[in-house]
Amino acid sequence: MLGLSKVAGVITGAAMLATSALGLGTAQAADDVIKVGVLHSLSGTMAISETTLKDAVLMMVDDLNKNGGLLGKKVEAVVVDPASDWPLFAEKARELIEVDKVDVVFGCWTSVSRKSVLPVFEELNSMLFYPVQYEGEESSRNVFYTGAAPNQQAIPAVEYLMSEEGGSVERWVLAGTDYVYPRTTNKILEAFLKSKGVAEEDIMINYTPFGHSDWQTIVSDIKKFGSEGKKTAVVSTINGDANVPFYKELGNQGIDAADIPVVAFSVGEEELAGLDTAPLVGHLAAWNYFMSIETEENDAFIKQWKAFIGDDNRVTNDPMEATYIGFKMWTQAVEQAGTTDVDAVRQAMYGQEVKNLTGGTAVMNTNHHLSKPVLIGEIQDDGQIETVWRTDDVVVGDAWSDYIPESAKLIADWTYPYVCGGCEKPMY
Amino acid sequence: MLSTLHPFIQYCENPVTPMRITIKTIIAAMLFLLATQGPAFADLTDAAQGLLSKKYSEKIQATEAIADFGDPRSIVLLETLLDGKLYATKSDGRLVSRKKVSDGYQITDILTEEDFGVVKSGDLTKIRINNKMRGLIKDLLGRLTLLNEDPALRLKAANAVFKSRPKEMAVPLRDALAAETEEDVATAMRRALAALNFVHGETTTIKADALLILQEQHGPEVKFLLNGEANKIAALQNPSHEIQQFALSIETALARIEEKLAFMAVIENIFQGLSLGSVLLLAAIGLAITFGVMGVINMAHGEMVMIGAYTTYVVQELCRNFAPDLLVYSLVAAIPAAFIVAGLCGVAIERSIIRFLYGRPLETLLATWGLSLILQQFVRTIFGPTNKEVSSPEWLSGAWEITGGLALTYNRIGIILFAAAVLFMLLLVLRKTSFGLQMRAVTQNRKMAASMGIRTGWVDAMTFGLGSGVAGMAGVALSQIDNVSPNLGQAYIVDSFMVVVFGGVGNLWGTLVAALSLGVTNKFLEPYTGAVLAKIFILIFIILFIQKRPRGLFALKGRAVEN
Repeated sequence: MLGLSKVAGVITGAAMLATSALGLGTAQAADDVIKVGVLHSLSGTMAISETTLKDAVLMMVDDLNKNGGLLGKKVEAVVVDPASDWPLFAEKARELIEVDKVDVVFGCWTSVSRKSVLPVFEELNSMLFYPVQYEGEESSRNVFYTGAAPNQQAIPAVEYLMSEEGGSVERWVLAGTDYVYPRTTNKILEAFLKSKGVAEEDIMINYTPFGHSDWQTIVSDIKKFGSEGKKTAVVSTINGDANVPFYKELGNQGIDAADIPVVAFSVGEEELAGLDTAPLVGHLAAWNYFMSIETEENDAFIKQWKAFIGDDNRVTNDPMEATYIGFKMWTQAVEQAGTTDVDAVRQAMYGQEVKNLTGGTAVMNTNHHLSKPVLIGEIQDDGQIETVWRTDDVVVGDAWSDYIPESAKLIADWTYPYVCGGCEKPMY
Repeated sequence: MLSTLHPFIQYCENPVTPMRITIKTIIAAMLFLLATQGPAFADLTDAAQGLLSKKYSEKIQATEAIADFGDPRSIVLLETLLDGKLYATKSDGRLVSRKKVSDGYQITDILTEEDFGVVKSGDLTKIRINNKMRGLIKDLLGRLTLLNEDPALRLKAANAVFKSRPKEMAVPLRDALAAETEEDVATAMRRALAALNFVHGETTTIKADALLILQEQHGPEVKFLLNGEANKIAALQNPSHEIQQFALSIETALARIEEKLAFMAVIENIFQGLSLGSVLLLAAIGLAITFGVMGVINMAHGEMVMIGAYTTYVVQELCRNFAPDLLVYSLVAAIPAAFIVAGLCGVAIERSIIRFLYGRPLETLLATWGLSLILQQFVRTIFGPTNKEVSSPEWLSGAWEITGGLALTYNRIGIILFAAAVLFMLLLVLRKTSFGLQMRAVTQNRKMAASMGIRTGWVDAMTFGLGSGVAGMAGVALSQIDNVSPNLGQAYIVDSFMVVVFGGVGNLWGTLVAALSLGVTNKFLEPYTGAVLAKIFILIFIILFIQKRPRGLFALKGRAVEN
């Protein structure tokens, strides 16, 4: 029993250490500070992606405080770790709102974690900024979606590949991780492709579990599917670190971007950072932001990020830009409303404008989605993504897809007369 | 020019005497063909400046013009562009290549080779290309290097022509084929020529002859080509009798290729199954010792694999920083390093925790599970939560193309061989060394072994260390195919237990058979059921199997087992 109690002691010690480190500074007086909750996984599978976003929020808070705070008050970040555990997300969200009394929360990455916290935010009428590209089919009064909806990422990417410039693709492999985001996106894409006259046998759909590492069969299936005499492309909604062995296998089996291009919706600079990208040159990614874009705003942002994190090799990515835009919009809305009261800030959010890091201006619409430009880029040998195509103007995020019959008729609009996240007729 | 397109096929059978052809003649021919299109560029420098355009359509015109000039510098320019190493100075728009030096980049004019000194990276913009341009440049380079001195370049050129099949390349290709001396390059050229004739041939006879050559090849590329033509014919309205006949022969050829490809697919499936089985074997073989032989339910087994993978990363980083020349061998050096690091961890765990818990499986399970969480967080604290990249050496990248349609990837071949070697070494240790003898003695009858003077405590520690060390070596292999992250071990712990239980506890041969059969079964199920369902089916199968034979495939017999 000696051994076990020892182990237990170490575990408790470690846990205490972790809580004390994360709960940092919550004991301060609540009157003269504005509290910002950060709900991103710092351990578990999603830590790879989400830790960066936590740092991005901390950087923005730091910057705000250096410039005199908000409404004359100091801004304080309250960081919690939901540990890639979906039910824990809901518990931690409740803790942030009820115990720490935060004024706003920035958080979540996977759709399943967002779905898990949604009832909490609605019940307690708090505000969540969700910074990741997602499958749409949702609009909550208490959530602002600053990532891309399907019509701001998936549909333009497929249209690009269909065009002559993109290679006139006629045959499609929809490969994804087995959960809600890829399944819904593929449902929308399938309906879209069929509406463009693509036959059933020219679409292949494949799902794999989280963290899948043996891609041999799937990649050789893709190879076979692509040898039927029609130009073939892969649309990848594969999430997380399963992408690394997937791209490695593509490279090893010699699938060239010129023959079968792969366009990915969840692979950004951060994911490519752990990968030798030489065999991947020419494969595509669709986002609203690339680190390689040369604008004054982006240069400043990258500089600020590298200085904050203290590492010159760190990259920036799309969800970071979405966090940046969301945070800026929230501070502007708070200043405009003169208070952090959720209802007042929500009203002030509509029509709020922030300059995109990629040029142009992002606008918050009344369906709680942003208007942003869509970019398509090709992976380069240095792990960066170079733009090869972009929309001339910003695209309005559409909460309910036009390509799924039951959602095409729904409207999300949180202002009078609709005041709903998904209804066919105005409520008033 | 096209009227000279007589049946080239005969050249394949009766090669004519090699002709003297220079690059210039081919270029002249192409220039003639291409001169009529696109805006005129005065000279190569002028055409190269066209690459500075922001529009891809204009860049494409410039690229074509550069190739048309047929200058030897065109090849350098296009190759640099294709490699993404062509830059332009922001100040005066000169096209340069750059070399990293200590205080910035040394730039050289790409055409005049004039040195411009050192600049900062912010002073240069990269000339960007997209997939379409990449294809075009490969095609143009192929045409320009068809007569190059280097056979490897000629082979590349022939394959580029096979892919792009430009009509006007028929004559130069035929001439190049006539002058070709290397057999494999000639084969590639014959294939490219047949593809050209098959697509652009003027009469159905030419096409049919080309088909005869093509159908001997059976790669997916040929299938793509044949299918494409078949689709075209199917779209025709009222095809003539001749064309219908041709369509029929394409169909027969396709059926033949299909048959061969199906055969290849079976071989490929077995190979993939074996490689998956080897991964399972590597992950499970350490557990076969700690769990199988010692009876310790070690939930931290996966973390030993993870520690092995991180050791590989550290060894590689050390190599990168202190001995860059040896980087290609860092993986080999990592094998003993991973064995020692993970082995020492194992000994430490056995001495500090597990030895107090022998005979209490439930407590062992909880303690080792807690330990696995601590180890994960420990590694996360030291190395950070992001994945680490362990690069694959050149000799483990790419695939071994046996014939068209059958390619085995080197990293998988490597893993199969590595797994076999590890199993062999382990058997040798267990069967032929005195430590192996003591180990078997202790696990079969502890009291008797102790009374014979064997230090059972020491043997326990060493056995656990051996099992952990082997798990560490598995980590080296897994670093090549999976992500090196703190969670690496968790993905393999369930699979490892599955293999050991299925194979029969305490039997290395059982572990081997179980791992390989599970791997192959999984790979044969996967095309029909998908990756998720295949795994579920395997799990159900094992559960049912254990109901029938609780001791697994190869149960140990004898008195030792009964207690």
